[in-house]
Amino acid sequence: MKAIKKSDIILLICIILAGAILLCIFSAIFLKKGQTVVVKVNGEEYARLPLKKDTELLIEANGGTNLLIIRDGKAWVESASCPKQICVADGELSELDPIVCNHHSVSITLE
Amino acid sequence: MTALAIIFGYIEHLIPLPIGAYGIKLGLANIVVLIMLYSVNLYGAFSVNIVRIILCALLFGSFTSFWYSLIGGILSFFVMVLIKRTNRFSPLGVSICGAVAHNVGQTAVAVILMNEFRIALYLPILLIVGAITGALIGIISIPILKAPIFKNTKKVE
Repeated sequence: MKAIKKSDIILLICIILAGAILLCIFSAIFLKKGQTVVVKVNGEEYARLPLKKDTELLIEANGGTNLLIIRDGKAWVESASCPKQICVADGELSELDPIVCNHHSVSITLE
Repeated sequence: MTALAIIFGYIEHLIPLPIGAYGIKLGLANIVVLIMLYSVNLYGAFSVNIVRIILCALLFGSFTSFWYSLIGGILSFFVMVLIKRTNRFSPLGVSICGAVAHNVGQTAVAVILMNEFRIALYLPILLIVGAITGALIGIISIPILKAPIFKNTKKVE
């Protein structure tokens, strides 16, 4: 009764397929089109920076900080004042992998 | 049972997955919710889930992380109940749907809180990851549900 059923496997394959198809669609529409790094804090635009210009930005939000670095056409968060460091571990920003810091309500996306 | 769920949540909080880089978690606490859904009843499982979310947020979360867990947890729970009701899936299928629903719910919260629809572009990856972590949790839970103590228990809390 509690054994794995055929429908479970079909379901698993369907969800993974759906994810893969969506990934392809999103890649086709959004990938390599982003040239502007957009930083939002609490849902409001905080900064808009061109990806081509090397720069550093200390984002101060909700009592914490995230240090954004843009260099050689790449953007990443170098350090953050929170325990989990998810945004730092996230690495390089890409269109399909936005950097989100729930702790300070900061989102960094490529437009 | 609530205590067990909190402990699982705490273990997960302490040891992030090696691939935890993207904010991905295994969802160990869902083992408890899943087992309660099958061995106790809907209300028991739901209350354990809600109490776990509130206590986890108080113990090692923040106010924003509470909203993420709450919406993800509630959506995941209702999807699991619906999928279980169909009687077409084993705990494995129920767990997969729960994990995927949890990820969708959390992404929705992020899109709303941050007012940034581009966060949803991360969804395809979260769907795939949710299916895999959900499957792992399901596979862990099935042997537990087969244990003799769960055979006849209907009201154990």
